[in-house]
Amino acid sequence: MSQDVLATEGQPARRAVFHPVLKRFRRMASHWWLAPALGFFCAFWLLPFVQLIAIGAQPDNSSQTLGYWAVLTHSQYLWSLLSTVLLSLSVSLIAVAVAGVCGCFLARHRFFGKSAVLAMLTFPLAFPGVVVGFLVIMLGGRQGLSAQIGQVLSGEHWTFAYSLTGLFVGYLYFSIPRVIMTVMAAFEKLDPSLEEAARSLGASTWRVVRDVLIPGIRPALISTGAICFATSMGAFGTVFTLGTRINVVPIAIYGEFTNYANFAMAAALSVILGVVTWISLSLARRFAGDSVGGGA
Amino acid sequence: MFSSKTIRSRHGLFLLQLAFTLIVCAFMVVPVLMSVTAGLTENYFVGLKSGLTTRWLLEVWDLYADSIWLSIYLALACLVCTLILGVPAAYGLLKCNRRWAAFVEEMLLMPVAVPGLATALALLLAYGGSQGFRTSWLFILVGHVLFTLPFMMRPVLSVMQAIDVVRLEEAASSLGAGQLKRFFTVVLPNCTGGILAGALMVITLSVGEFNITWMLHTPLTKTLPVGLADSYASMRLEVGSAYTLIFLMMIVPLMMIIQWVGHWATRRAERVGP
Repeated sequence: MSQDVLATEGQPARRAVFHPVLKRFRRMASHWWLAPALGFFCAFWLLPFVQLIAIGAQPDNSSQTLGYWAVLTHSQYLWSLLSTVLLSLSVSLIAVAVAGVCGCFLARHRFFGKSAVLAMLTFPLAFPGVVVGFLVIMLGGRQGLSAQIGQVLSGEHWTFAYSLTGLFVGYLYFSIPRVIMTVMAAFEKLDPSLEEAARSLGASTWRVVRDVLIPGIRPALISTGAICFATSMGAFGTVFTLGTRINVVPIAIYGEFTNYANFAMAAALSVILGVVTWISLSLARRFAGDSVGGGA
Repeated sequence: MFSSKTIRSRHGLFLLQLAFTLIVCAFMVVPVLMSVTAGLTENYFVGLKSGLTTRWLLEVWDLYADSIWLSIYLALACLVCTLILGVPAAYGLLKCNRRWAAFVEEMLLMPVAVPGLATALALLLAYGGSQGFRTSWLFILVGHVLFTLPFMMRPVLSVMQAIDVVRLEEAASSLGAGQLKRFFTVVLPNCTGGILAGALMVITLSVGEFNITWMLHTPLTKTLPVGLADSYASMRLEVGSAYTLIFLMMIVPLMMIIQWVGHWATRRAERVGP
């Protein structure tokens, strides 16, 4: 339905004799309500970002080639992009799988304490990336849980927080809560009789999952997976706290900007990163309708 | 009819799934609990037997009270800005034609879709030169407003669509109310649910925002999460944990109210809506 149609249809008849120009002006008036937000957006986001795109095309400090071209031709930057994409992809896949199992279980069963379980699975949604990084240190740092367990079992400190594993665990930590609610809602909408029918026809559990459940909630899986991917690509706080030596793109941008004042390179990498996350979030919205991403 | 074997295997599946879900739950909750205990223990390396204390909490307050207050002021200022910009924008989106509305919404969503680091870098390169602005807290406020605006607009817009504001307004306009009067006396009072949900979300996000803030902050304008990163990097584990505990005490109640408001809104919508 179009609001315009409703608005003109319901108006008193005397308005209809207005001159077309005046009518047009009345409709234009609705744009004035948008003006403050749009003005703010243009001044503080659109113009700066257009400038950022332009700076990205300037010659890079070290190689004197254009920023974007340098990203594509230098193995260091290309490798950083590739490793970030691979890390984010694998985190999203695993987060969707883990949260899919939990979501299916929570949607199909009622038991005592279910709402508490659900609350525990979703409250980390509000944690910024830095806090997630610190929680990984609590689990796998030098005084963390795994170090204490290792001390008891083998007499040595097991630490994983500052390696790729730590990064992976951290990304998984902020990804799982982003998936669970959506997957659960999708399962609740899925008709349980489909599953029953497949079972009564003799399908094994694995075949039910593969042929009934996964196709049934595919849009939810794709959209939440894309949200996780975008969040992981842009995550800065977690890596920053863990101080990992893995050069993911946000850390590369930060390094280029603060350590080397290499503005062209930082801008080029930011623009490329922005395009990647924007595409994946638009994909998410195409499948889901209304989830807004959210940074970590 | 199911054979007893299928029933047994399904029971086993139930237990397996339950165990898996509980493990995931533990993964989410255990580190938080560890951090809370660490913040309250005298010496975490020794363990709980060294005794419980509020010493670290007080030390955090001594060191970082400014950053905590700045975050609270920033969140409130951010809320005021998103109310002034976002609520009229939602109303505008409702009234203008659909194509244009979709385009504007997509645009205003960009600061959320693009990583905070990129937004912050763009702001820095564009306005970093103007000293007075760069060093004031308003610079961070701009970043926060950009990031939180869609979270105010979305719930308000969806409430406006759900209660069919356009029709309510027609009634008011047929009685002779002008556009401004309609906005303040008809539209606003009917959207309080959406405004409340948006406001809570804006405050939660602003208090926890790190990616943009880290790039935009100066030594004199440190917010709570910036202080957190600082304490993780340079303080002992107990201090970092105590600071995290303070952050949790601010953010978890907000999250709970948001969930509660969400439930309340859906229940109300189910009662009122079609």
